Amino acid sequence: MRLPIITLTLLLLAHAPAHAGKTLDQVRQRAQLTCGVSTGVIGFSAADSQGHWNGMDVDICRAIAAAVLNDAAKVKYVPLNAQQRFTALQSGEIDLLSRNTTWTLTRDASLGLHFTAVTYYDGQGFLVQKKLKISSAKQLKNAEICVQSGTTTEKNLGDWFKAQGIKVKPVVFEKFEASIKAFFSGRCQAYTTDASALAFIRSKEAPNPDDYVVLPELISKEPLGPVVRRGDDEWFAIVKWVIFALIEAEEYGITQANLERMKASPDPAIQRLLGGAEDSGKLLGLERDWAARAVKAVGNYGEIFQRNVGSASPLKLPRGANALWNKGGLLYAPPVR
Amino acid sequence: MPAQRWRNLLVQALIAAGLLALLWWLLDATAANMRERGIRSGFDFLLEPAGFGIGESLLPFDSGDSALWALAAGLANTLRVALPAILISTLLGTLVGLGRLSPNLLLRKLCAAYVEALRNVPLLLQLLAWYFIVTDLLPAASKALQLAPHVFLSKSGLSVPWLGGDGGLIDLPQRGAMNISGGAAMTPEYLALLLGLSLYTAAFVAETVRAGIAAVPRGQSEAALALGLTRLQNFRLVLLPQALRGIIPPLTNQHLSLTKNASLAVAIGYPELVSVANTTLNQTGRAAECITLIMAVYLILSLLTAWLSAWLERRNGRWADHS
Ligand SMILES: N[C@@H](CCC(=O)N[C@@H](CS)C(=O)NCC(=O)O)C(=O)O
Repeated sequence: MRLPIITLTLLLLAHAPAHAGKTLDQVRQRAQLTCGVSTGVIGFSAADSQGHWNGMDVDICRAIAAAVLNDAAKVKYVPLNAQQRFTALQSGEIDLLSRNTTWTLTRDASLGLHFTAVTYYDGQGFLVQKKLKISSAKQLKNAEICVQSGTTTEKNLGDWFKAQGIKVKPVVFEKFEASIKAFFSGRCQAYTTDASALAFIRSKEAPNPDDYVVLPELISKEPLGPVVRRGDDEWFAIVKWVIFALIEAEEYGITQANLERMKASPDPAIQRLLGGAEDSGKLLGLERDWAARAVKAVGNYGEIFQRNVGSASPLKLPRGANALWNKGGLLYAPPVR
Repeated sequence: MPAQRWRNLLVQALIAAGLLALLWWLLDATAANMRERGIRSGFDFLLEPAGFGIGESLLPFDSGDSALWALAAGLANTLRVALPAILISTLLGTLVGLGRLSPNLLLRKLCAAYVEALRNVPLLLQLLAWYFIVTDLLPAASKALQLAPHVFLSKSGLSVPWLGGDGGLIDLPQRGAMNISGGAAMTPEYLALLLGLSLYTAAFVAETVRAGIAAVPRGQSEAALALGLTRLQNFRLVLLPQALRGIIPPLTNQHLSLTKNASLAVAIGYPELVSVANTTLNQTGRAAECITLIMAVYLILSLLTAWLSAWLERRNGRWADHS
């Protein structure tokens, strides 16, 4: 409640909005990127016990800080719950929203924001108590379903069950913590959110993970990706292309480990991406090794995935739709050319 | 003094015009800023389908209904918890307030402890505590306690038979595969909110009542008793009418705070006005519009309460003068 009011006030007072091209200058001036993240979704953005942020969304922030400031550590993380995230971006409190946020028409076209690129193809699923012996979401008739407000989740739930002709009772919480606490105290028969988050909720938050199962159905498309403010095309391009560069790097087999060797590669495409023969950076207003810096800081897309949510992480999510386009997935970056 | 009067009028008109101009400037600047940033505005979303469900609603609501109807359902849910809570907190608060004036030491201390304990812990914490106590203590829906035929108590709440339903006059709660459904349910969210708001506000009501009675000069009671009135008569005819003068205005404030505090329900999942407006705001992105609506509704509720309070005071004034 308070944040929208503060935002309104800011909208009022800030008569001169952050003008085109200004974000890059501001970030450079303060030598820090301000990145909006979640309050704690392990694998995407969560702070560990020492206060260090980890996750895929966090690595995107780090990659951008590396490309722009040549230092992946120069990021200030602002934890935002589902409701606060867009207002924080609109008001200029953050430069970038990198927080499991679904790209939808309403958000893209009416909030004064731009979605940059998809960093994770997700879908909405259900976590249910095993003792109910349910194998499909279609059996959730009359069920009470815990859900966090301010999410696409809430509306998908309404849409999908309406289409199925099934009535369910949503129990809606403002805070993530309260919503999962209520679910695990047995208040709801099911919990719903993005399937990627369900994996973490089951394994990390459940008193006994074996008492719960994730249902097979995904009831929606949830393409997640970073968001920037409208009206700053240069910044929009930078964020977009850093993400594309991470995907391209995977495609060309450039990793954190072999980066230096790759810089000597005779392949013109690799030369271009890593700033050898051609200066691709100047088109974005960055140094010529912008992409190499990003890869050096966090690795290519595949490495980011495996480390945070994939086989090298406790979540063990399969690449699935998030594999490269030439490996049966959906990830396809326009060429850095 | 016509000149003086004209001057007063002029000053007032200027102030009013200044305030209006300021308001207009604020609205205009906000709208311009929003346009400049590519943020859509307007109230057209109110008539579009809401698209989300409301878990419990006094008004019949379906996700295909309009956002406006969703907000109305939210307001109805606010009143559904605020009105009973006002009643309970007033009764309980009066008892505790009188208890604090009792000649019995134990009772006095107990009542004082109640007031201190509840008044000094933030309401949000109390609500969360009640909510998680209620949900943890109640048995799972599959093991629901049957209090009477067709009356169940479980994590799904207190379910009782109610009018209407899909076919027939009476809708009976049933044990289903999932939980208890049918009938009218008071969910744990509702129960925790009702309990939390009532107990918290009662502490303030108690102080108001105690102060109101203590403010009546001792001489009044002494005189009444000397005239041969019984204790009860003294209380009813002498103390109370005078005390009420001091009690009613702050009491109405408490009722108003209670209604506004009901919005803390967003933390514990009860779909009252602010919770529904938040969801609408987030689905449509119309932050300025939704907040304006919430403010307008609370303003109207406040004005109504103030008006009711003024009416009560006038009535009490007459009563005090006549008796
Ligand atoms: N992808 C969906 C849901 C994202 C979302 O907010 N999910 C919740 C539940 S997993 C969350 O991340 N909560 C953490 C928080 O509020 O900090 C959206 O963009 O609306």
